[in-house]
Parts: sequence; structure tokens; C-alpha cells
Amino acid sequence: MSAPDLAAGTLAVRVRASLVLSRRWHPAEALFWLFAVAAALLFPRQLLLMNEIAILALFALSLDLILGYAGIVSLGHAAFLGMGAYAAGLVALHVAADPLLGLVIGMAASGILGLITSPLVLKGNDLTRLMVTLGVGLLMLELANALSFITGGADGLQGITMGKLFGQFEFDLFGRTAYAYSLGVLFVLFMVARRIVHSPFGLSLRAIRDNPLRATASGVPRNWRLAAVYTLSAAYAGAAGALLAQTTQFVSLDVLDFHRSADVMLVLIIGGAGYLYGGLIGAIAFKFLQDFISIFTPQYWQFWIGLFLVLFVLGGREIIHGGIKAILVRLPFLTSGKRP
Amino acid sequence: MALLTILIDGVAYGMVLFVLACGLSVTLGLMNFVNLAHGAFAMAGGYVTVVLMQRFGVPFLWTLPAAFLATAAAGWVMERTLYRPMYAKSHLDQVMFSSGLVFMSVAAMKYVMGSQQQIIQLPGWLLGRFELFGISVGRYRLFVIMICGALALGLSWVFARTLFGARLRAAVDDARVARGLGIPVGLLFAVTFAAGSGLAGLGGALGVELLGLDPTFPLKFMIYFLIVVTVGGTSTISGPFFAAMLLGVADVAGKYLIPQAGSFIIYALMVLLLALRPDGLFAKAKT
Repeated sequence: MSAPDLAAGTLAVRVRASLVLSRRWHPAEALFWLFAVAAALLFPRQLLLMNEIAILALFALSLDLILGYAGIVSLGHAAFLGMGAYAAGLVALHVAADPLLGLVIGMAASGILGLITSPLVLKGNDLTRLMVTLGVGLLMLELANALSFITGGADGLQGITMGKLFGQFEFDLFGRTAYAYSLGVLFVLFMVARRIVHSPFGLSLRAIRDNPLRATASGVPRNWRLAAVYTLSAAYAGAAGALLAQTTQFVSLDVLDFHRSADVMLVLIIGGAGYLYGGLIGAIAFKFLQDFISIFTPQYWQFWIGLFLVLFVLGGREIIHGGIKAILVRLPFLTSGKRP
Repeated sequence: MALLTILIDGVAYGMVLFVLACGLSVTLGLMNFVNLAHGAFAMAGGYVTVVLMQRFGVPFLWTLPAAFLATAAAGWVMERTLYRPMYAKSHLDQVMFSSGLVFMSVAAMKYVMGSQQQIIQLPGWLLGRFELFGISVGRYRLFVIMICGALALGLSWVFARTLFGARLRAAVDDARVARGLGIPVGLLFAVTFAAGSGLAGLGGALGVELLGLDPTFPLKFMIYFLIVVTVGGTSTISGPFFAAMLLGVADVAGKYLIPQAGSFIIYALMVLLLALRPDGLFAKAKT
């Protein structure tokens, strides 16, 4: 074997080894999921809120796939949430009440929409991408409003009744089944995403994010990879939408609204993009913040969210993330695995 | 002749959009700053007019410069304090920051003024329509076209013929070199930001009658400003101007002729244009 071959061989071995290492479970991760399960038993009165958190976390996870790993900024991610919600709602109304069928169809519908719109985000700079995604989001809202004979227009899809999950568990008033269902879907999809971002495919996405020119020069098919991850992210957002439709048994134009796209961006920014748990942690923080604020000013909570955003970007972000990092560094047994 | 009336309405609408958005196009070009909160200044200008007319009985014409000055002052202060630290940050941070400002302004305006649509009583000589070569023209629309047209001409004169405009263009093209040549880019930007905010406020005041005014104004029209800017590009005054005309006429025509499509036509047009010309309709090929 000649020297370059040998070098290439050892490089491939090293890359593979580092990927395998990054796939290993960190103790803090196990703790996180254990807590998510334990929360259902600890706070049985908060299950509906926790269900919302799980769905928002899944939505933020889907944004993290494109924003954190591929560097695609989007201001119209609600388009895919709404597509999944309407698809799942329509399936439940007209075809079958089985939740898993609705979930799969919701994901597929959003995935197809993502695939169709993916050529739009391949071109241009950040600003054009922001505009195009915003445009697609608003287009979907207008479309849903105009096609009121399908979507119910401003009244929304009403009278959705869900069948039993696996033919066993009925969706109850307290959200027990809903939370278990949402958390289960979140966990499964999270595992899939975790496997994907720690694969050679995920590595190539990060290469494109960090230096598109160099990635293309080293033979990474940029456009195909970006289209693939955009489609995947759309399908994830569709799953979140389907869960939302099924567990609240109602779909309205609100799922396509601009504030949904802005909120999910905020969630991801709070938690930090690019390590998958950011969306999950951000969703918990965001929902508690929202819940807390709306207790004393139900009408004007947007103001405080806005103020939070401004302060956060102006300097709070380094403080919060730096604080978390500092704590993690002080606990060496917890950080022995990974975390940048 | 209904088509020509629609055209004139569309031009008036486009003119207001231009005055609203031209400040944004300069700030975007100059500091590469994505300011989603531009509409908040426009809303502020609209409310200045409403409050002055309803509470203090100031005549409509006098409220227009007041709206300009008030929002320009607000823009100056905001630029010096809040916006300045944001220039060096990423686009994502800028979007988060400015949408935070939008949310705050919407909620604050709802708290102070209530969430209802605001109505103003225009002076009598601006009401009604008249016939011009057999075309029915709204007096207020003609007034708006004349004011905004004069503003557009004035702006393009400042941009193309004055020292200030030359410095501005140099800074937009390459801020680093401009700074190296001794052009005070920071001050230039503060002045432009204030003037742009003031124009947005003036546009908001003129638009109370045409666009309507309620606290969700910054969110509702954010997309329109961004369309004007991204489609028109940031290196000229004429680019955003033609983009605003196109948008105004297309939107008015679409809403008159195919009302059930709503804003669908506009958004579809924008996505299509950006898909075909990602750097704007009038972008020059970069050398």
C-alpha cells in the first residue's frame, strides 16, 4: 500500500472512530429522558402543558436539523407544521381515526412539500432564504384560508375524534395518553435524528454549513444533501403538526401563522442550535416562560416575550449558555463524553 | 376605464409602500442589517397622526411633518442605543432581535391605543373623486401620488447628485474602504437610519387612509417592505421604487379582480421572482 493510500485509510478509520464515539450515550442524556418520563408521574395535573412542550420540542428539533446542522435559516417553518396538522386532521375526519396512520400521512405530506420547496432554499444568501421561506409560509396560510371547503377556513377543522392508540389507549381529558404518545414519537424521532447527524451524511452537512465552497470542492453534492435534510426537517415538522392536531383534536389557521415560525426560532435560539437537545431544552424554557407570563398579563404576554428576545440577543445569550457550559465543565464526570 | 382607475389606485398604493420601505432598503444595504422592526416606525408615525388629529385637533397636513420628525427622532435614539451593537452579529441574531422589537411594539400599542382600527377624518378638499379624461380618480390618491412622487425624485437627487449621496453610495458598496477614505460611516448610518425611520413614519401617516392602521400593522406589512427591498435590491433608489410600483399595482389589481385569492398573488409573485433572481430584480452582475 502506498503512503497516500495509507494516510487516506487512517483518516477514514479516524473519522469512523470519532463518529462511533460521538454516537455513544452521555449519562446526562439518559437522565434527561428519564426525567421526561418521570415528569408524567410527578406532575399529573400538568400533562396537557407537558404534551404541548413535547410537540414544540419536536418542532424545534426539526428546525435544528436545518438551522443547526445545515445552516439554512427559515422564517416559514410553520408551513410544514400546518401541512402536517391539516393532513392528519383531514385523515382523521374523512379516512380513518387511527392516530399512527394520521401521523405517517402528516409526515409524508409535509415531507413532499419540503421536497418541492427545497430548490428555493438552495439559491441565494441568508436574506433571500429568509424571504423565500417567509413567503412560502404566508403562501400556505393564504392557501389554507382560500381553500375553506377543505380546511374549514377561519373556523378550522372541527369535530375530529381520534381512535385508540394501538387500538388500546383512549385519548383522555387529562392528556395522559396524549403526553405518552407525543413523548414516544418525540423519542423515536429524536433517536433517528441523533443517528443521522452522527453519520457521514450528518458530517457532510456540517461541512456544507461551515464552508460550502470547500465542501463542494471535496466532492460533497451540496444541493442534494441540503434538499435531503430540508425534506427530512419538513417531515419532522409535519409530525409535530400531526401530533398537535391529534392531541388537541382541532386544527385552525393559527398553525400556519407567522408567530409559530418566530416562536420556534426563539425556542431553538434559547436552547442553542446544533446539538439536538437545544430545541428540547428551549421548548421547556419557552413554555414555562409563556405560562408564567400569561398568568399575570394574559393579553400582553407578547410584549414580555419580545423584551426577552431583545435582551437575550443583546447579551443574555452568552450569559445563559456560558453559565450552562461553565456548570457542565465543573462536572467532569458528566462531560467525559461530548458537548462542544 | 375601470382598469385605469385600478392602475391609479395601485400606483398610489405602491408610492406609499415605497416611502415606507425605502429607508429599510438603505439600512439593509449600508449595514447589512435585517430590520424586521421597520414597520414599527411606520406604525408609530400613523399613531402620531391619529393622536394629534383626534385628541388635539391638529389639521391633517400639519401632522405629516410631525409624524416624520417624531419617528426620525425615535429612530435616531434607537440606532444610537439598541441597534448599534447588532451590526456585527449574524443575520439570525438580527432577525430575532428585530422581531422581538416588533412583538413589543405590537403589544405596547395594543395596551396604549386599543386593538381597534383607527379612522381619521381627512379635510374636505381631499375627499371624493373627480373625472380626469374620463377616468375616475380619488383626490386623496392623487395627493399621495404627488407627495410620494416628489419625495422619490428628491431622494434620488440626494442619492445621485449630492456629496452626502456619493458618500452613502460609497459606504453601501464597500464600507471598509469608505471608512479608510475618511468617510464617517457610523454617523452616515445614524443619519440615514433616522431619515429612513422618519420616512417610514410619514408613510405610515399617509397610509392610515389607504392601508388601515391597527396594532398588528408592523406584522401585516413586514412582508411587503421586505418584498420591496429584496426584489428591488439595495444599491439604487429606482430599484425599490419600481419594485414598490409593481407590488402596489399587482396587489390592488389582484384584490379587485380576483378577490378570493387574497394576498396569494403577491406572495406567489415574490417567491417566483426570488427563485429566478435571488439577488433582486435589478441586481447588477457582480464582477
